Amino acid sequence: MQNIDSMQGQSTIARQRRQSSLSRVLKYVLVRGLTLLVTVTIGVYLAILIANGGGYVDEMRKGQIREQVSLQMAGDQEMQFLTLQERRELEADQVAVRIQQLGLDRPFAVRSFEYLWSGLTLNLGSADYLLSDSGSRQVRNILGERLGPTLLLMATGQLLLFFSSLALGLFLSRRYGSLLDKFIIGMAPTSSAPAWFYGMFLILIFAAVLGWLPFGGMVAAPPPQDTLARILSIAKHMILPVTALLISSIFSGAYSRRTFFLIYSSEDYVEMAKAKGLSDREIERRYVLRPTLPTIITSFMLTIISLWTGAIVFETVFNWPGIGRLTQQAINLFDTPVIVATTVIYAYLLALTIFLLDIIYSLVDPRVKIGGGGTRS
Amino acid sequence: MKATLSNAFHQMKRYPSAVVGSIIILLLIFMAIYAMIAIPYGEAVRLWRGADNVWVQTPRNARPAWLNYFYQEKQPVTMRMTTEDNPDLKSIVDLGGGVATSDFLFEFDYQYDGFPSEISVFLNATFASARPNVAMKWIAPDGREIQLGELAVRTNENFSISQDTRIQRRLGGALPEKGLFADPADPNKVLKGTYQLVGEGLIFEEGSTVDATLVVYGQLHGLAGTDHRRRDITVALLWGTPVALSFGLVAAVGSSIVTMFLGAASVWFGGWVDWLIRRINEVVMILPLLPILIMVGLFYSRSIWVMLSVVILLGIFGSGILSYRSMFLQVKESGYIDAARAYGAGNGRIIVRYMIPKIIPTLIPGFVTQVPAFVFLEATLAVLGLGDPVLPTWGKLLNDAQTNGALFNGYFYWVLEPAFLLILAGLGFAMLGFALDRIFNPRLRGI
Repeated sequence: MQNIDSMQGQSTIARQRRQSSLSRVLKYVLVRGLTLLVTVTIGVYLAILIANGGGYVDEMRKGQIREQVSLQMAGDQEMQFLTLQERRELEADQVAVRIQQLGLDRPFAVRSFEYLWSGLTLNLGSADYLLSDSGSRQVRNILGERLGPTLLLMATGQLLLFFSSLALGLFLSRRYGSLLDKFIIGMAPTSSAPAWFYGMFLILIFAAVLGWLPFGGMVAAPPPQDTLARILSIAKHMILPVTALLISSIFSGAYSRRTFFLIYSSEDYVEMAKAKGLSDREIERRYVLRPTLPTIITSFMLTIISLWTGAIVFETVFNWPGIGRLTQQAINLFDTPVIVATTVIYAYLLALTIFLLDIIYSLVDPRVKIGGGGTRS
Repeated sequence: MKATLSNAFHQMKRYPSAVVGSIIILLLIFMAIYAMIAIPYGEAVRLWRGADNVWVQTPRNARPAWLNYFYQEKQPVTMRMTTEDNPDLKSIVDLGGGVATSDFLFEFDYQYDGFPSEISVFLNATFASARPNVAMKWIAPDGREIQLGELAVRTNENFSISQDTRIQRRLGGALPEKGLFADPADPNKVLKGTYQLVGEGLIFEEGSTVDATLVVYGQLHGLAGTDHRRRDITVALLWGTPVALSFGLVAAVGSSIVTMFLGAASVWFGGWVDWLIRRINEVVMILPLLPILIMVGLFYSRSIWVMLSVVILLGIFGSGILSYRSMFLQVKESGYIDAARAYGAGNGRIIVRYMIPKIIPTLIPGFVTQVPAFVFLEATLAVLGLGDPVLPTWGKLLNDAQTNGALFNGYFYWVLEPAFLLILAGLGFAMLGFALDRIFNPRLRGI
């Protein structure tokens, strides 16, 4: 009787603990999400301040108004009865009214917050020169078209990088001192070069000399009609960029993972587990991987931040039709709205990656679950 | 402190990667010093801008000359003959009344298997009102004579044989640089032997002169080859070294030292100072560095020094601050800090004299490993077309190569040379940094 009672008691405690740890994780994720949102807001505000330091956002808005007004007047039948002089005056009047309406004559400190809102919602009006593939001038449409390819490429590369460097690190820590181990240590300094740099070499070897893979782009031209054929074509175009991404980071990644695992493998509790006769796999999973994962996720976050930074040139080198290539095109055409918008988008993407890693972090870090403070040091 | 550093120096000798890394860095420093002495700053900028037609007599998109050691079929290097340096090539006969003939003869032995890339004759005349007249003909080794044309020479005349359609027609439609050197039996093969360019000049005034320069542009040129604007790539390779090294070192040292002080202050003062520094760090982590740099480059200035300041400013509050913070947190708990406080040391004294010296050994490998990232950042900016407007750099070479489809057109040297130097600089600092990390970080030693 007593026995059953205590068992029931234990199961309720376990359930309670599960619930409370779930709510703690949720709370942690929520707090981090809100913090990141505030951070992004400040970041975008700074970006707008930088862009407007040269008065470019103002110019952009005024240009937009002028365009709108002249378009409206061109479409208006009654205007045709006015002389050119009158029409010009009327147009100038209307532009002035619009500028006043939108408060462009107000001090910048006030207006900057409006810009912040339109920046955060990516409501940046129309591009100066660039068009989306569907022919739209709206910055939001142009970005929308380019976001997919960027996410596809970067997510594939980053996920592959994370798991392969983890697996390679574990493998090396098991074969500590082997030839492969020494090779990876020797190769680790090569990770000082960014992915686009290796991309150039890969293009040189596999596209220019051997001709096995395409020089760049996302699908063959013309794109295959068949869905399967198109997926295969995209996959073929992704081989080189993803390989470049892997080469640029995997050696130092695997090296640092391996070093971490080795340091943690010499802890007393691992010796204890070995003495208990647990299998190697069990020891790795429960005593080596588990305590190192939070640190690994933090260091992986830094890798990802640097990968996003390089994405612009990376996509340019591979002619990949993503946000990075768009930024490059916008730079060449001096398309201010698009440049500001891509900066905002990159801030969002960075924040999103950090947020996703934070969620994983909260799931693997026991300190978050038991409520012992989940702040990273 | 001094003991740790000299001890570290002795240990370095035991790490081959540290030795190799240091040698590479020293080599690059020598190259940088040589570049700055051999080509002064102003000269480098002038050369790279291509002012005053400095590059008219170098070939376009020529590969490096040393490639001939590897080629079965030898390719020509540029041959240049001029009457300006060598008056013997000129013969003047006075005909009286101010009229004279001024002939020139260029004779050269052509033993290459490849055709030249271009042929030009530069004519330079001095006269008061009547322009001298020059007629030129080409004599092949087998004695064939080909009329090249006749012209009244201005002060500076570039007679481009390669672009002359009349000569092309006379050669049966073949490109002049090929047709003039081709074997009549097989138009795709070079007829080796002694070629002659004969110029018959006529001057009409007392004191009037005609000078000629024949340039047979090669397929190969110099140590590093040339680019699409005929510029010698060696100039940019050489000058890229001091730019890359100074950008990388200044950015790495500047940001890591300030970051270290901020980390120390953050830990020591705690409270709102810590809170503020950490919040700023969070915002900076979200700020996309490259797009911000792009905006600065587009809206303000592309000067490499402006870019450098922005990089340092954003780098100060970057991810490094977190690792310094965690290191200082450990230092703060040490007994000697309590002792310092007990004898009444002020905040500044404790930070500068007691906390920072403890961290410096980890600072050194930290910034050495950061240098490559900044070297590549400069290249990245240049590849995006935001390189310094006047200075030749490695990144600008890559940008030129990229925009001119170097890989697609097979000008591999154009990409490989700057890339080689970039990876060399990257490897040098990274190798040294990795070794230093092991030396200064006892936990890593032996693993």
